[in-house]
Amino acid sequence: MSLSREKQIEILRKMYLIRAFEEKAEQLYAMGKIHGTMHLSIGEEASAVGSVAALEPEDYILSTHRGHGHSIAKGADVRKMMAEFLGKETGYCRGRGGSMHIADVESGNLGANGVVAGGIPISIGVGISIKRQRLQRVVLTFFGDGAVAEGAFHEAMNMASIWKLPVVFVCENNQYAMSLPVKKAFATGQIADKAAPYGVPGIRVDGNDVMAVYKAVKEAVDRARRGEGPTLIENVTYRWRGHSKSDANRYRTREEIEKWKKKCPIKRYRKYLIDAGVLTEEEAERIEKEAYAAIEEAVVFAENSPEPSVDELEEGVYAP
Amino acid sequence: MREITYAEAIREALRQEMQRDERVFLIGEDIGVYGGAFGVTLGLLEEFGEERVIDTPISELTIAGALTGASMTGMRPVGEIMFMDFITLASEQLVNQAAKIRYMFGGKAKLPFVLRTPAGSGTGAAAQHSQSLENWFVHIPGIKVVMPSTPYDAKGLLISAIRDDNPVLFVEHKLLYKVKGNVPEEPYTIPLSTSEVKRVGGDLTIVATSIMVQRSLQAAEILSKEGIEVEIVDPRTLKPLDKTPIIESVKKTGRVLIVHEAYKTGGYGGEIAAIIAESEAFDFLDAPIVRLAGRDVPIPYNRTLEYHAVPQVENIVEQARNLVKGRI
Repeated sequence: MSLSREKQIEILRKMYLIRAFEEKAEQLYAMGKIHGTMHLSIGEEASAVGSVAALEPEDYILSTHRGHGHSIAKGADVRKMMAEFLGKETGYCRGRGGSMHIADVESGNLGANGVVAGGIPISIGVGISIKRQRLQRVVLTFFGDGAVAEGAFHEAMNMASIWKLPVVFVCENNQYAMSLPVKKAFATGQIADKAAPYGVPGIRVDGNDVMAVYKAVKEAVDRARRGEGPTLIENVTYRWRGHSKSDANRYRTREEIEKWKKKCPIKRYRKYLIDAGVLTEEEAERIEKEAYAAIEEAVVFAENSPEPSVDELEEGVYAP
Repeated sequence: MREITYAEAIREALRQEMQRDERVFLIGEDIGVYGGAFGVTLGLLEEFGEERVIDTPISELTIAGALTGASMTGMRPVGEIMFMDFITLASEQLVNQAAKIRYMFGGKAKLPFVLRTPAGSGTGAAAQHSQSLENWFVHIPGIKVVMPSTPYDAKGLLISAIRDDNPVLFVEHKLLYKVKGNVPEEPYTIPLSTSEVKRVGGDLTIVATSIMVQRSLQAAEILSKEGIEVEIVDPRTLKPLDKTPIIESVKKTGRVLIVHEAYKTGGYGGEIAAIIAESEAFDFLDAPIVRLAGRDVPIPYNRTLEYHAVPQVENIVEQARNLVKGRI
C-alpha cells in the first residue's frame, strides 16, 4: 500500500493545516474574538488525516464536536471554516453553526455534531441511501471513546452489520470522555473489542501513526465498498488540550500530557518522510510555513467578511 | 365516490408514492410481513420487496437517524414508530439532528422525510401506549407536525408530506384507523399548512385536532337539534399553522372551544388560545376562550377511567352548551 509522493505530502500538509488552524483558533479565543467555546483536536491530527486519506472524494464523512481536523482532512476551505468560526455570513454555515457544526453537504462532509454519538445513527441512513442508489460510496463516521457508551453506537453497529452497510466506524480514543478515563467507562478491554458481538471486525491502531491509521481504514473502506459490511477502527490517541475552554485539567497530570506531547503525530510523520527520502528538511519546513500562512490568510478573509443580517435570522428553518 | 378506511387511505398514499418515486422507501419495526402493529403497511412488502420495506430491530433512535441520513443524501424515506410513546426513544435524532440540520448548516441541507406514528388512547393499552405527544414537536422549529382527522385528509396530507422537503411528523390516531370515508382512488394532495372548516355554523367555533374533529362533528349534530350551530375548524397541520380560518371563524361566532386529546397543561390548545387572544378576533369574543383537553394523568388501564381521561362527545356537547348559553 505505497502512496504517491504527492499524496504523502498532502497528508503532511493537512496535518500542519489542522494544527495551524487550531492554534490560531485558540489565540483568537484568548483575544476575545470567538463567541462561545471550541473543542481542539491538537495531538489527534493523524487520526483525522489518515482516516480521510483512505476515502475517495465522493465518499461521506460524519464528524464530531472535535471536528475541525475532519473537515480540513475532507478538503474544506480553511477560509470558509475560519469565517464560520468568527460567525460570518461567508462561513460554511453562514454563521449559524459555528465551530461545532461545520458542514459541507455538497462535498460529502455531512457535518460536525454537537451531540456525542449524534452522527452515528445518521450513518445508517447514509449507508441505506448508498445501497439503494447502487453507489460505490462509503460513509465514515467519526466519534470519540465517550460515544461508545451511548446506545446509539450499539444500535447502529448492529444495524450496519445485519444489513452489511458500507459504514466505517472510526473511534478516536483520546483516553478521556471529557474527564472520565476510558478505564472507568468500560469494564472490559479495548473499544475495538466491542465490534465482535455484532459480527464486525474491530481493529485497534496507534492513532498517532498516520500511516497505520491510513492502512487500517483503507482496508475497512475497501471491505465496505465490496459490500462486505462495516468495520470498527479504534485510533488510540491523546488530546493535548482540555475538553473545551472550561477545562482545568483536574483529571490528569501535567506529566501525562507532556509524555503524549513527545508522541506528536506530525513530527513523527515529518521525520518518517525525511528519513525515507520523500522530503528534504527544507521542503518540510516550507510545507509547515505555508500551512501557517494559509491560516493567516483565512483569518484576514474571515475578519473582512460581513456579519449575517438580523433580517435573515428566521430564514432557512424550513425548506421552501 | 368509494369509501375506504383511514388505515387504507394511508396505505394507498404510501403505495402510490412508492410507485411514483423510487426514492421513497419505508423503514420501521414489524412493518413488513406483520404489516405494522395496526396493519397499515400490510401487503407493501410483497409489492415492493425488502429493499423498500425495511424491518428494523427495535432501535427507534436509529430509525430516526436513518431517516435523517437517507434524506440528507437524496432519498425520501417514510419511517414508522409503532406507538407515539416510543418516539421518546427517537427524540435525540428528531429534535437535535433532523430539526436543526438545515438551519445549523446555513440552509444548505434538506431533509425530506416523514415519520408516521399512531397516538391516542381508547385501546386499553394504558399509560405507555396511549399518549398524544404532538406538542413536544410543535415546540421545535424545523419539524412540521401533521394530524389528519379523516381518511380523505390522511391520504392527501400524507402524499404532500412525502413530497415536502422537510422532516414531517405525521401523527395518526389508533381509533381512526377503522373509520371510513370518501377517498378518491387517484393520487391527490392537500397542501400542508391549510386549516379547514369541517362544519359551518354561526354560534360557536370549535377548533379540534385528530379524533376530536370526529367527536366534535358528532357533538355538533346533537347541539344542532337544540338550535346551536357549531362551526368546526381542523388545523390539520399543527405546525406551521394556517391561522386565518381559525381567526376568521372566531370573529364570526364570538365564542371558541378548543378540543384535543393531549394533556391540557402545555398542550396545543394553549397555543391556539394565545393565537386567538393576540389576533383581531380578540375584540369579537363574547366569552372566555375555553379548552377541553386530556386530563393531566397518565392514561389509566380501567375502561371507565380511561374513557374519562380524555374528551368525549358528551363533554364537548356540555362545554359548547355552557359557552353558548353564557354559563362560562
